[in-house]
This record gives sequence, C-alpha cells and structure tokens, in this order.
Amino acid sequence: MNILELKKKAVALRKRTWQLIYNHQNGHTGSDLSCADILVALYYAVMNQNAENIGQKDVDTYIQSKGHAVEIWYEILADKGYIDRVDLEKRYSTFNSPYIGHPTTEVKGMEFHTGSLGHGLGLGVGVALAAKMKQSRKHIYVLMGDGEQAEGSIWEAAMAAGNYNLDNLTAIIDHNDLQISGTTDSVMRSNPLSTKYRAFNWEVLEVNGNNMGDVVNVLTKPNDTNKPRLIIANTVKGKGISAAENRADWHHKIPTATEYQAGLQELDAQMEALNNE
Amino acid sequence: MNKLDEKLTANAVIAKTLDEATTSDPDLIVVTCDSRGSAGLVPFTNAHPDRTIEMGIAEQNAVTVAAGMAHEGKHPYVFSPASFLAMRAIEQVKVDVAFNHNNVKLIGISGGNSYTWLGNTHHSLNDVAITRAIPDLEVYQPCDKYQIKALFNYLLKSDKPAYVRIGKRKLDNVYHEDFHFTPSKAKVILPGKDVCLISTGETLYFALQAAKELAKDGIQAAVVDLASIKPLDTKMIAALAQKFNYLVTIEEHDVINGIGAAVACEVAQYGHAKLKILGFPDEPAIQGTQDEVFHYYGLDTAGIKKSVKSFLSK
Repeated sequence: MNILELKKKAVALRKRTWQLIYNHQNGHTGSDLSCADILVALYYAVMNQNAENIGQKDVDTYIQSKGHAVEIWYEILADKGYIDRVDLEKRYSTFNSPYIGHPTTEVKGMEFHTGSLGHGLGLGVGVALAAKMKQSRKHIYVLMGDGEQAEGSIWEAAMAAGNYNLDNLTAIIDHNDLQISGTTDSVMRSNPLSTKYRAFNWEVLEVNGNNMGDVVNVLTKPNDTNKPRLIIANTVKGKGISAAENRADWHHKIPTATEYQAGLQELDAQMEALNNE
Repeated sequence: MNKLDEKLTANAVIAKTLDEATTSDPDLIVVTCDSRGSAGLVPFTNAHPDRTIEMGIAEQNAVTVAAGMAHEGKHPYVFSPASFLAMRAIEQVKVDVAFNHNNVKLIGISGGNSYTWLGNTHHSLNDVAITRAIPDLEVYQPCDKYQIKALFNYLLKSDKPAYVRIGKRKLDNVYHEDFHFTPSKAKVILPGKDVCLISTGETLYFALQAAKELAKDGIQAAVVDLASIKPLDTKMIAALAQKFNYLVTIEEHDVINGIGAAVACEVAQYGHAKLKILGFPDEPAIQGTQDEVFHYYGLDTAGIKKSVKSFLSK
C-alpha cells in the first residue's frame, strides 16, 4: 500500500472503531484513535505477518502493552481476515465473547493477554531473546503508552533489552501526553523519555506518530546499531475526532448520539479529502 | 542417582536433574535473578552458558521474559528465592505465565523459613496461599530427593505452568529410589486409624517421625503426603475426612490459606473429622535456626506429637 492508501485505511478503521464503540457503548476511544496510524502502518506496510503465517518461526510478533487500545486492533484484525468482522461487531463486549476490553489470546492475531500495564516490553524481551537463540529472523514490535512508563517493570525490561543488545526489538511509545487523570507530566512525569532510554542502551528515534509517511519511514528504517530501538511517536489522543482530540476525559469516554454523528461526518470529510488527493 | 543414605539439598537434586535433561530437551533453559549461586546452579550455568538467561535482581521481569521465551517454544525454569518469586512477581505469574498458559516452571528456592537469620523479608510463609489461588498454576512442595527427581521428571514433560517450593535443608529420605510421582495424587505413606497427619515439603519428615513416636504410645497415626498442593487430591482428602475423626495438617507456612486451609475446605464440605492446622501463626515469624523456629512453633517431631496428643484428648 502506498502512503495515500494507508491514510485512507487509517480513516476507514477509525470510523469502524468509532462505530464499534458507539454501538456497544464500550471502549477506550481516545487511546484507540491516538495509535490508529501506528497500527495501520505496522499491519499494512511494515510487519511480515498475516492471518495465515502468524506464529511461524520467522514471522514478526506484535505485542500491545497498552492493551486497552484494543478496539482499533480488533478492527484491523477483522479487516485483515484474522477474525470475522460480522462476529466481532455482533459480539464485542457481550456475554462470553472473546472480544472484550483488553486483548486475549482467544482472538487470532493476539499472541498475549495484556491489559495490566508494564508487561508488554518484558514479553517482547523474552520473545526477542528466544528468537536470537533460535536464529529466527523475526522482528518484535511492542506498543506502549506514555502513562504506562510509570510502571517499574518497564524499566526492568528496558534494562534487559539494552543489556542483551536486542536489535530485533522495536518498542513504540504512543506519546500523546495524556492519561486517564490528566497530562502525564501532571500525573507522573516520565519525560524526557529519549534520554532515559538512551541511558539504557537504546537507539531512540522520534516521529510524528499521526503522520503516516513519517511513521512508515521510521518503522522501516534498518537498525544497524546493535541496540534495541525505541520510537517515540508523538501523537494526539483522540486523533481524528475534534471533540475527542487532546482530551484526557476521552480516555474511555463513549460518544453521545450527537457527538457520534458529528464524528462520523468528520471522518467522512477526511476520507473525501483523501479521495480528492 | 546418589547413595541411598546420602543427604542432599533440593537444589543439588534439581541442578543435576536439569543437567541430565539437557541431552533430551534442546529447549530447556534456566532463568536466574542473580540467584545462580543460591540456587546451586553454578555448575549448570558454567556447563550450559547458552541455556542460561541472567535477568539480574529483577524478579518481575524475569518471570515476564520467561513467559515471552516460553511463547517461542523455550522451556524456562525461573529460579529465585520463593519470597521474591511468589510475592514480588505474583502479578507477572498470574498474567504472563498462568493466564497466558505459558510453559514456565517457577522454582522458589530457600522457601519457608529456611533463610533463618535473614529474617521475614526473606521468608516465604505465604507463597502457597498466593500461588494456589492462581487459576491454571500447579503448585508443588516436594519432601525428599527421590520425590524431587520424580517431580522434575514430570515437570520436564509437562507443558503446564507450575510453581515449586523448596527449602535449603539437606533432606532426610522419606521415599526410595523407585518412587514415582503422580500429580494430583496425595499419597498415604503410613497407614493408621486414630488420626491422620497431612503434610508437605520438609515438615513431612517430622510428621512421619511424630507418627512413629505416637505409635509407641499406642496411637496409630496415618501420614499423608500432599506434595501436589494444586491440583489437589480432593477425593482422597474427602475420604480421609470421612474415615478419620481427627486430621492434623503440618506445614512450613502461615496457617492462613496453606495446605491446612485447603484440607479444611474439603473437610467442611464432605467430612466429619475435627481438623487441627499446625503452621506459622499469623504474625511476623520469630527468628532463629530452622530447628529452633520449628521447635518454637511446634512443627518438629516433639511439637507435632504433643499437639496430636492434646488434640485427641479433647
């Protein structure tokens, strides 16, 4: 897919996510929209992984440490044929459904249960270490939140990744500067993340995480540093829906009927603009 | 393996068993938390540097990384003092190991009170309580070298996550070389009719000695080994609770939610037996050598005998 097609895909999937959350009155809206471009880049342009080859030796692994941004991931897995979209949209957050508010391995494409924050990077370290032992060519991508950086286990994992020179590991921080109670700087200042990770022997790159071209470029840049790589993806929480943008209370707010309709119109307008490019 | 009369620590038996298993299991690895010395793993890690993952003093990450490696088909054995593995890293055990069904074996070394003078920060007197409350996590507490060897032969073939608690003592023999371990089965190691002593791990030997002492006074005490704490042999415990008027559990663990509580649950539902739970009281443990502390809390041979006689006279 070229960058324009990826941008359209991101808008289309934001729309489906918006619909899924509204129809079932459940979801982490702001978090989903924030990382939508990163997930689209990974699944449609970067990762060597699809519904058929997932789990095989040299196939890339994606671990979503910020498990709560699960609705956009469901919609991508449905769009890519890992799971059935009709089934997802019918059963999301219903009784005895595999499609709940955090990732579970009951859902094809999700290799780990996550949701408790601060676990994904350590899992990624384990997968990366095992991949090196097995001489696997797979690459491991871990998506974290910025609020999540307050978890101590992340820094244990960051130290281990740096110690073992895990250049087959790329961690991405969805750096939207907001968490459930307010700005990350007001809740627990984790900035500056770049100097912290560099001090842990990581290569650190920064990018506009809502600019598809930049995201694809940075994720496909070869790593010749012999270090794990961190991408600080500067994003906007709630990106794409103006009412939700940069608002902490949209962490898991559900749109009202009016907000929902306005959001749909906004997303349709974005798609129309892309169609005219 | 070793001479029948040779006393070994659990560590030594485990290290040797895993070393032998490297020939048949190319995916076996050990994950250590600056603990290779205290786990008795130096010969193993020197012989197999390619199978050793050192995670430093970071138990939470060690468990999570092991889960990630298990996901990729490795068979990790994580060694750390029981206190830190089962308590500090319990959320990682719950989520990354048990909930994710990753084949990680967690080996809690220096368990119970075996760190003696190092104090309550290092004692693990709540690890059974917390690990047995985790769904899909097996929990074992073996008592002697033959049982450890047999247990590990089972673990090496099993793809289920498990927690094993061992101590530091040079172990007396309870079983013989031909011992075969069956998970989920309790084992009657001495028949009796007046009272049934149920124990696990290092206190089982003292329970057995106490039963022999009680026999001299005309009390026929049965002894049951509960090495398989989870899965629990609920069927046998229910049968014991119906057959005996008196059950006594003995464990190197807080009296809250250890094997005593596990047995109590079955007794209350299915039996008529009166139950006495012997263990560490719900307070910070007194400090001393293991023998001194066991004596203080009545968990040695004399203390168990005294408690049983007092219990039966009521």
